[in-house]
Formats: sequence, structure tokens, C-alpha cells
Amino acid sequence: MTTQASSAPAPRERSRAARILTRRGFPLWSWLWFILGALYFILPLYATLDFSLRMERDTIGLKAYSAAFADPVFARTFGYSVLLAVVTILVSILLVVPTAYWIRLRLPEARRIVEFITLLPFVIPAIILVFGMIRIYSSPVNLPFTDIRLLAPLTTSRLGTNALIVAGYIVLGLPYMYRSVDTGMRTVDVRTLTEAAQSLGANWATIMVRVVLPNVRTALLSGALLTFAIVVGEVVLASYLGLPTFGPYLFLLGQHRAYEPAALTFTTFLLTWAAMGIIQLVTGGQGQVAGAH
Amino acid sequence: MAPSAVAAPRVKRPASGLRAWLGVVPFFLFAILFLILPSVKLFVGSFADNEGNFTFKNLLQLFTEPSILNAYWLSIRISAVTAIGGGIFGFLLAYSVTIGGLPKALRSMLITFSGVASNFAGVPLAFAFVATLGRTGFVTALLKNVFHFSIYDTAFSLYSFVGLSLTYMYFQFPLMVLIMAPALDGLKREWREAAENLGASRMQYWLRVALPVLLPSILGSMILLFGNAFGAYATAYALTGGALPIVTIQIGAQIRGDVLHNVGLGYAMAMGMVFIMAVSLGGYSWLQGRTERWLR
Repeated sequence: MTTQASSAPAPRERSRAARILTRRGFPLWSWLWFILGALYFILPLYATLDFSLRMERDTIGLKAYSAAFADPVFARTFGYSVLLAVVTILVSILLVVPTAYWIRLRLPEARRIVEFITLLPFVIPAIILVFGMIRIYSSPVNLPFTDIRLLAPLTTSRLGTNALIVAGYIVLGLPYMYRSVDTGMRTVDVRTLTEAAQSLGANWATIMVRVVLPNVRTALLSGALLTFAIVVGEVVLASYLGLPTFGPYLFLLGQHRAYEPAALTFTTFLLTWAAMGIIQLVTGGQGQVAGAH
Repeated sequence: MAPSAVAAPRVKRPASGLRAWLGVVPFFLFAILFLILPSVKLFVGSFADNEGNFTFKNLLQLFTEPSILNAYWLSIRISAVTAIGGGIFGFLLAYSVTIGGLPKALRSMLITFSGVASNFAGVPLAFAFVATLGRTGFVTALLKNVFHFSIYDTAFSLYSFVGLSLTYMYFQFPLMVLIMAPALDGLKREWREAAENLGASRMQYWLRVALPVLLPSILGSMILLFGNAFGAYATAYALTGGALPIVTIQIGAQIRGDVLHNVGLGYAMAMGMVFIMAVSLGGYSWLQGRTERWLR
């Protein structure tokens, strides 16, 4: 009875769908919008690529790329940015994973406030964040209402400034990292996994390293790649904190060179694409949106 | 009703006392040090004059100082234009690849590309647009050589309001595509069929069924795009070098050296910006919540 009922309408539905499709015919407008969109996407990239290949008169070549990559300042600033990105990713994993785990398992009442905090970076743009950070940490931090000094001014030492920029980058990446990890933990049901591991006699460290982390690795990877994409090209925090990273270098290079910045711009685009492509691949199209404009 | 009744005992069971809260101390410590304190500093500072006394003058001055009003007005215009333009174009694109009858392969291509483009911003984006629409840019030259039309003979300049808006569009409409594609997927086939069975034309279906369902989502996304453009700094700075005094660039100048000659006014300007961003994010999540009644 039920099989009959469910199988009977199927052909009719299909024929209706076919009828609708044929009646609508060739989707002219859809193609038009799509082609316009594709042009908007591709033209700036093509223009950049085209320009970057014309450093030598009348020939197409990779001279701009070899010149850009050969600059020792490029290697230094880019390496520095990558290092900052790696440190940022590691520290934010250390910060976010245990917190998200703890909230799922033991402290569901903290969920709202923590989610609210992780969304704050959308409300406080990078320029405002760095403004506040500079005003707080360029002078010594005292215990409130006393003269007891808790912290020397961070911005006067290289180590302090590095710590500050990593903290800032963690904040910028926090919405993506937290969302990603929290979603990952929901899909694998960490509570059941934890109970299973506990009943097998695992301690907390074992549960964390051998059960939780491997199960959220896709989430971690996509959060990490987004953070990487944000950090490597970032200029606002770096230039206001006065650190020689890749973003400010590219900006300065653009002031007095023509072809090398185009070459690096195209390279940056390829890097962004690689990062997003891997996210798409590992998450099966459930990737997220970032923005460090 | 039912889920909360089931969840309630579970929430109460651990009796998560102070010890459970210890687990989130590192996170809260970090948030207080690097997110809350800097914001509070700006907030408190916006109520202090140069001698440190309490005052409302800074906040009032936001509405009387012409340079600040101009900055806000310029930022609002650019954000609104790119939010509405990017919103409409992004919606049409999302429509064309979801229910617009294009091949499935184009959809995943567009979504991937949108993910990349919405993340491609700042200095590289500005440089890419200089190579495209700058004085010697690719499209500029193409128009000149093929159509004998020089866009720089018109009032056009890449380093102006129009140019910056075109550049912002590069990350604005892809964001719209990413938000709208799932929403358009949520339009149920049955609604369309029901409308058709009742004799509705395509126009009537869109105007009286689909658009009313999608409207909160479309408006909410546009508000999100507004905030997205409003907070942008690097793209504008790299493109115009500060020639277009939008709010973020004015705040940047205030950080480098007290150009307003009033520290508190600078804080107030930053707070005004946070206020607008908060309103836009709040509006987005409110409207998104209203959409979910229909589209899930």
C-alpha cells in the first residue's frame, strides 16, 4: 500500500518538472548574469597577470616574478608573515578547542556569552581594534587604582609587539576558528566520544589529543587556512604596530615599482585560491566566508 | 516547547559550579585583555576631555564637526551603494546558478570563486583594479583601442567614489552569492507548483510568494554587506592613498597623529563606527532569524 502510494506520483512529478523546464526554455537571463559575474571576477585577475608578464619590452616573460622573489626583503617579510600566521593558528587552536569542548560538555550555560564574544570582531573592525590596543598597551598597565605595575608597555619591545599582533590576529580569526571548531564538535558528538573514551580508562590529556583533536581535524584545517589567508595579507595591524610583514611591504613596493607588485598580487591571489580550494575540498562545500578588508 | 523540556534536566544535572567555569578562564582572560579592554578604553575615552574630565562634548561634536560628518556621510554612501548594487547583482547571480536553470557544474564553480573573491581584499585587490581600470589599465586600454572610447576623458577616475565602489564590489557581490545561494535552495518546489496550479503567472509567483519569503534574507544580507564595506580600510588606503576621507581612513590618521587635536573626539569617532557596525550586525541576525521560519 505505502510503496504503491509513494511510487505512483513519481513519474508525474518528473514529467511536470520536464514540462516546466522545456516551457522556460533556454535560461537566457541566467546566462547573462553568470557571464557578467564571471567577467567581473576574471578581468581584474587577467589584467594583473597580463601586466605582470610584461616587465621586459615586447616579450611575455616571468621576469617580474623572478625579480620580486629575488628581493631579500620579500623573503624576509613573507617568511615573517607566514611565521606569524603559524603562531596565530597554534595559539588560537590552543585557546578555542578546549573552550569549545568544555562548553559542549560541562558548561552549556556559557555558550551564549562565548558565542557573543566570538562575534565581536565583526563589530570591531581591525582599525578600531588596533586603535584600542595601542592606547592600552603603549603605556604600562597598572593594577586598577594603584601604582603597582602589572605589565611593561608592550609596544616598546619587539617581543611585546609580536605578542600583541598575534593576539590581534587571533581576534580577527576568532569568529571563523570558533564557528568551525564548534560545528565540527557538533557533527562528531564529542560528548558520546568522551564518555566512550572515559569508560575505556582514558585520561583528559589522552581524550584531548587522541580523541577530540583527530575528530575535528577538518574543522581545524578550514579554520587554520582561513586564519592563514587573513594573516598573510593583513596590513592594518602590522602597519600601525610598525612590524615589517608582507602586507606593508607589498604596499610600499607598489609606491615605487610597477611590475613586481602585480606579480606578487597575482601570487597572493593564487595563495588565497589554494587556501579556499582546500577548505572546499575537505569540508565538502561547507566552507565559510571571511573578510579582512 | 518539547526540546527545551528534554534539555532542561540535562543542563541542570552537572550543577556546573565555579569549578566548571574555571575551564573557560583562559578564553575569557584573552577576550578581556585583547578585545574588551581595548574597546572599553575607547568607550571611556570618548567621554573624557583633554584634561580627563567627564564630558558629552565629544559625542555632540561628532554631529557638528564638518570633517567628521563628511567622513561618515562618505562612508555611508559608499557602503550603501556597494551593498545595494552588490546585493542585487549577487542575488541575480545566486538565482542564476540555483534555480535559474544553469548547469550544476557552474554552481560549484561560482561558489568556490565567490569564496576566494570575498577573501581577496586589501592591498592586492587595489593593485588588481589599478591594473584593470587605472590610467594604463587593461580594460582602459581595451576600450580605447577597440571602441576608441577613453573612460578617463569622462569624469571617471579609479581613485574616486565610483572607482572605490567598483573595487569594493569585488568582495561585496561574492559575499551576497554565498549567503543567498542556500536561501534560494530553501524555496520549496511545492510552493511554485501550488502557485502554478492556482493559475499564477511566473511574475505573480515571484512577487507574491518567493520575494516575500526571501525579502528578510535579502535585506539582512544587504545590511551585512553594508557593514562589510563600512569597516574596510586597507583597500581604500591602498587605492586612494587617503585621498577619499572615509571614516576608517580618518581614524587611521587620528591614530598616527592627533589630527583632530582632540584625543577624546578620536575615540568618539571610533565608537560611532562600532555603533553603526553593531546596528548592522544586529539587523542582519534579526532579519536572518525571521527568514528561518520559512527557509531551513
